[in-house]
Amino acid sequence: MTTPSNIEYQECGADNASPARPVYLPLYLLLGVAFGYVLTRSEVLSWFRIQEMFHFQSFRMYGIIGSAVVTAALSVALIKRIGLKSISGEKISIPPKHLGSGIRYAAGGTLFGLGWALTGACPGPLFALIGAGVPVLIVAVASALAGTWIYGWLRPRLPH
Amino acid sequence: MTAFFNGEWPWYVAGPLIGLFVPALLIAGNKVFGISSNLRHLCAAIAPGKVEHFRYDWKRSGLWNLVFLSGVLIGGFLAAHTGAAHGIAISPATKALLSHQGIHGFSGLAPRELFSWHALLTLRGFVSIVIGGFLVGFGTAYAGGCTSGHAISGLANFQLPSLIAVFGFFAGGMLATYFILPYVIGVL
Repeated sequence: MTTPSNIEYQECGADNASPARPVYLPLYLLLGVAFGYVLTRSEVLSWFRIQEMFHFQSFRMYGIIGSAVVTAALSVALIKRIGLKSISGEKISIPPKHLGSGIRYAAGGTLFGLGWALTGACPGPLFALIGAGVPVLIVAVASALAGTWIYGWLRPRLPH
Repeated sequence: MTAFFNGEWPWYVAGPLIGLFVPALLIAGNKVFGISSNLRHLCAAIAPGKVEHFRYDWKRSGLWNLVFLSGVLIGGFLAAHTGAAHGIAISPATKALLSHQGIHGFSGLAPRELFSWHALLTLRGFVSIVIGGFLVGFGTAYAGGCTSGHAISGLANFQLPSLIAVFGFFAGGMLATYFILPYVIGVL
């Protein structure tokens, strides 16, 4: 329930808009297929690439993340400037994230970073890797769900 | 064109293509690109229990993203079966370092010594897969986003919380890389 009191826990990809009408779901499926394809072909889902990045032995991953951010930022700025509407007819808006004490971002970010290096994958790549031939990562996804669940359970007791 | 379908893509092709998913989802339906909220949606769908965090209408807010996520799995399958490289051409320095630490197989997207059903039964495989997976789930839920939601969507929208989270991602990643992984690979 994303009630106003809940806004400080705003998640990425949360409902900043009305729910997608079923007629648009194939579009999201298609975009997902494209994203999984790009993740695999760009090799950002590879444990080897992640190790190379954290050892600062190649510019590749930094180039990819950096140019992805620049491309996304320019696109968002352009969309805001021309006041573009979505295909579904809504005015495009991105809800700002609530800073709070910032602890959740520093602590949660660091814990995720540990997992990112250990598994060699972030959430999107975990799923793409299962499709791309590392089926044992289904166990990593199950474990990630357990981690998310434990967070939800502990949330009232954790500093945000 | 054949180069596009064979071998690895250069960073300046891969990066902008990844970045374009932010405007694509905004234009498709005013959706913010972010994968990790799917973990929350899946918890809400499978086992919400009495936890308030999971008691919301996941179909209303998350169905589009779960559909996107199932596409990601299919996309990985398609890429692996249509010309993705069989080995990752990492830098010789990284290869030498990892060999020294105890990684011997360099084929595939991830080392089989850590990521296979057989490896799951070893301590180092368990740490990589199960402990690593748990930290991915807990960390992204606590931080409210992952590489897609914070590092790409968030930074592209100049969000300070996302910048803090991304510093955390790299702090944690380097901690694991320099202090935990050498032990996991070489000793366990």
